[in-house]
Amino acid sequence: MLIALALAVLPVLAVLGLAAGRFEGTHRLVALGCAVVSLVLLVAGAGHLLGGGPPPAMVLPFGLPGLGFHVRLDSLSALFMVVVDLPAAAAAFYTIGYASHLPERRRVTPFLPLFLFGMNAVLLADDAITFLMAWEFMSLASWLMVVSDHRLEENRAAGQVYLMMALFGTLCLLGAFAVLAGPAGAWDFATMRAAASGAAVAAVAPLALLGAGSKAGLAPLHVWLPLAHPAAPSPVSALMSGVMTKVALYALVRLLFDLVGRVPWEWGAVLMVIGSLSAVLGVMHALIQDDLKRLLAYSTVENIGIVAIGLGLALAFKDGGEPALAALALVGALYHIVNHATFKTLLFLAAGAVQAATGERRLSGLGGLLKRMPWTGTAALIGSLAIASLPPLNGFVSEWLILQALFKGPSLPPWAMKFGVPVVAAMLALSAALAAACFVRAYGIAFLGRPRSLAAAQAGQHPTPATMRWSMAALAFLCLLLGAIPVTVTDVLSAVVVPLAGGPFQVSADLGWPWLSPVGATRGSYSGTVLVLVGLALFAIVVVVAHAFGAPRARRAEAWDCGCPEGLLLPETQYTPQSFSQPQRRVFGSTLFAAVETIEMPEPGARPPARLSVRLIDPVWDGLYRPLFRAVAAIADRVNRLQSFTVRGYLLLMFATLVLMLLVVAWRQRS
Amino acid sequence: MSALLLQLGQILLVLALAPLLTGWVRLVKARVQGRIGPSPFQPYRDLRRLMLKEPLVGDSTSWLFRAAPYVTFSAVWLAACLVPTFAVGLPLAPAADLIALVALLAVARVWTALAGLDSGTAFGGLGASREMLIASLAEPAMLMATFSLSLVSGTTQPERIIAFVLSGGVGIEVSLGLALAALVMVAVAECGRIPIDNPATHLELTMVHEAMLLEYSGRHLALMELAGMVRLTLFLALIGGVFAPWGIAPAEAGPLSLLIGFGAFLAKSFALASALAVFETAIAKMRVFRYADFLGGALLLGLLATIFLYVSEAV
Amino acid sequence: MGAGQIAYDIAHLIGATVLMAGLQMLYQRRLFAVINTFVFQALALAAAAAWQAHVQDAPHLYVTAGVALVFKAMIVPFALHWLVEKLAIQRTVETALPIGWTMISGVGLVALSILLVLPVTANAAALTRESLALAMSVVLLGLLMMITRRNAVTQVIGFMALENGLILAAVSARGMPLVVEISVAFSVLVAMTLFGIFFFRIRERFDTLDLADLETYRGDRT
Repeated sequence: MLIALALAVLPVLAVLGLAAGRFEGTHRLVALGCAVVSLVLLVAGAGHLLGGGPPPAMVLPFGLPGLGFHVRLDSLSALFMVVVDLPAAAAAFYTIGYASHLPERRRVTPFLPLFLFGMNAVLLADDAITFLMAWEFMSLASWLMVVSDHRLEENRAAGQVYLMMALFGTLCLLGAFAVLAGPAGAWDFATMRAAASGAAVAAVAPLALLGAGSKAGLAPLHVWLPLAHPAAPSPVSALMSGVMTKVALYALVRLLFDLVGRVPWEWGAVLMVIGSLSAVLGVMHALIQDDLKRLLAYSTVENIGIVAIGLGLALAFKDGGEPALAALALVGALYHIVNHATFKTLLFLAAGAVQAATGERRLSGLGGLLKRMPWTGTAALIGSLAIASLPPLNGFVSEWLILQALFKGPSLPPWAMKFGVPVVAAMLALSAALAAACFVRAYGIAFLGRPRSLAAAQAGQHPTPATMRWSMAALAFLCLLLGAIPVTVTDVLSAVVVPLAGGPFQVSADLGWPWLSPVGATRGSYSGTVLVLVGLALFAIVVVVAHAFGAPRARRAEAWDCGCPEGLLLPETQYTPQSFSQPQRRVFGSTLFAAVETIEMPEPGARPPARLSVRLIDPVWDGLYRPLFRAVAAIADRVNRLQSFTVRGYLLLMFATLVLMLLVVAWRQRS
Repeated sequence: MSALLLQLGQILLVLALAPLLTGWVRLVKARVQGRIGPSPFQPYRDLRRLMLKEPLVGDSTSWLFRAAPYVTFSAVWLAACLVPTFAVGLPLAPAADLIALVALLAVARVWTALAGLDSGTAFGGLGASREMLIASLAEPAMLMATFSLSLVSGTTQPERIIAFVLSGGVGIEVSLGLALAALVMVAVAECGRIPIDNPATHLELTMVHEAMLLEYSGRHLALMELAGMVRLTLFLALIGGVFAPWGIAPAEAGPLSLLIGFGAFLAKSFALASALAVFETAIAKMRVFRYADFLGGALLLGLLATIFLYVSEAV
Repeated sequence: MGAGQIAYDIAHLIGATVLMAGLQMLYQRRLFAVINTFVFQALALAAAAAWQAHVQDAPHLYVTAGVALVFKAMIVPFALHWLVEKLAIQRTVETALPIGWTMISGVGLVALSILLVLPVTANAAALTRESLALAMSVVLLGLLMMITRRNAVTQVIGFMALENGLILAAVSARGMPLVVEISVAFSVLVAMTLFGIFFFRIRERFDTLDLADLETYRGDRT
């Protein structure tokens, strides 16, 4: 009931934003309203998640005749409501302060509440029509915000690609639900669940992968992500990247684990392969980006790939008759979903703060921001360390769980899995290590060192608004908390996972609370809590002992730089973002991106500088989409000739069709 | 209570032994190269000298530059406390398995790289960029070696792997040999030894680790150097413990077993350190862009170790 | 774990050394390093043959070990060193595929061999599963080396590595007949191939194979 009330407020806010957009205060009010509503929904979802009990369900009277809107809040939906509404609350709170920096406020504020409404409605939907309508609602609202800054050509192009991919995704999902509904047209989930025969999997699984995967950002359907996410304003990008992709994953989990009966392990293997390819491709792209927001969008592709690996592994274990291991993989995937929602939102909000303070989005124009924007810098540091999967933060725990599940992979009978799981594990490990490199680069170049442009040097003059700082601080604290008490979180997730994986899951086996030892006490254990406590103790000892030697305090002086003379230590001598990623570009980029470096050296004694240029291709765009577009254009050209037939030609067409149909009737009559 | 004392003992032991092992490596290297070489206790004197000096920080650096040495050292020290050295069954051991150990070392590396970037000089960026290249290849290799070890022994906890090997559960296994080779290559990369990095150089062309520490002085530099020494001790203990575990005192052991364990640990560490010194003298440092071949080879060795288990039906 | 198990373990360890040498050969970029690695592989092969001779109680395998040791570890490498120096063959290995991809293909071929032998039962009488997988991998790696290298010398070495794999399979199979004869025959084949290269390069360099003309290059005649 509370949820329904909260959701009903959102359209009111949208209308308010539309009508009273002229006033400054409206935008803040709408943002505040969204934040409050999100908090209410968060509390409701968390209450059901932690409290348990039977899932409340309702059928609302409007909608398609004879069907109505089914809504239901089970533990999976409750978990995803927490995943959606927590970052949404933070982002909405952030928008209160950010509203004055939004380039086209009047085109953004009305649609933010609608976006939140759509996402929550998807999670609550209990029949296919409601689901799809909410899904489309979500896509349209976000598209409107993506093209809000319509004066830039690239934003318009991004909007086009986004719309096409969204339509494609919805079409695939519609097909998947149609197959599940069957000829009887049973659209509600309860009937689908009961009739789960598994016979339709061969049709449903690929459609679900295409539909949900395109929205989530699995390669090769990820191309819209790096275009659309940077085009939208920062809080909206944060929600699209951190939250909307999770809603897509919710659709995937709901379809493959809940509604369809038995999924053969081959689909799990396909999902794992797609996931590992997305992970490596995403992080490699992120390593060569100069635009901070595009970098974060590609990093989302990578993390979605990691979640896909966990989900695929869970499917394979479930089919292989190992429900405990399926539960482990699923908990790892869900934990990563929670983590990624937290730190990706945080990073996008920080990028927004940076853009608001400096007007710069490119890494090559930033630097030295930690000194000038300490709150944003520290929060971004925690977010970057978390996304690089470093203990004792939250990113490491989900990575650890998925790796432990992968290490048990060879116990599956099929030989393809026995040989494939080590390869997938290697690719996962590679993408995790490259992600650490990527975020050392992103954080180090943006926030550390010397400012590389005047705008960056002047960044601290106007302090970041309080709401922005507090929302980032809250998310950073959450990253720390989720990493320090992993056992509590996995306990909560296990309750969600049990009905999906078909078996129980022991979180701390024989060892008790602070030790996370999922498969067995002897198999492998990790304790974030103990590491934090002992680590802090050691840190304190080190600080005390190091200062006990009696040396003077640290003194500030000009950097030594191996004896560079004073005044010549310019910010331009620092590493640029492209220099930093040059080793990885050389090693991996020559195969993946066909990267070619050329150097133009001037004549000795000539004044112009030497030039280094790098030519890259995007393998998915140039390998898949361009040929596809060319093929479609070619076919369209051919078919276009139908437009200009003579009268006799059209009569011939009609006659031919008639004859063909008569032939078909005759043939069927015979047989 | 005694287990707690033993754990404290290990925490202090790795700290106290680390400079001695580094000094020993330098001494053996010098002797092999025909020089007399410094005393193996010289690193203690160097560290003390650095601790007493006034540290300088660049004027454009932020708080991260000053905090990084403490964080780096704490992370490496914490990791070293978790590796079994002279005894197993210590109370902290379940807190982290091999994967978490790799990740703790990654924490140290990331903070060092960030400090390098914070120095605002070209050298810092140089070191950080190369270090992250090495990291992005060495970590997967170590994880694959861990994968094969976990397939053989059924666990990722170092002390349980040791217990498995000691119990005779595995014979002369090809996969273990391959995992050992991969682990040694990764250890060389992580500790910044030839052929990956020369710990004694300050030439721009060849620096990796030193470049990130270039701006540090005083106690900050002392902590970074000590972190490197403890890291070396950690890897020597890990390799010696997992692949030659004989002599390690079991859980709840008496004083004699502990003494034997301690002696075995010292003997293995010094032997491996000598082998490292000879190895470093025998080959040359490679070009930066050959790292991918070397560490990629380690990754493939780890993968092979996993695959080989299927044919020897240890899985 | 009886004596039989240890015997098998050691045999597999030596076989794995032969395989690792094969992989190491794919990794090298300098010609002399490739030749030296081949020497190492030949030594490992000799050790494998000698161990099998001891375990199977088949003294004729000692002859195979001797042939591998003398011919492949000493004579052929020496001849190749001499060829490279005298005919000034370039000393870097020209690859048709980057080294990274070559190594990945190598590991993939090893995985393929393992996949192929899996249906064989574990206690096959004559040849254990692991020995067969090792030998097949060495053969495939030798073939890979021949395909991905452009120098004639490295192709000969690849051929000899392939042959090493076959000899490894032959000695590991208990009671295989004619092993010694096979190894000698292969050695003669390799010697003929080497001569072939030798003559080809001479003709390429000096445009003639006529000994009378070649003698004028000897330098110590007027």
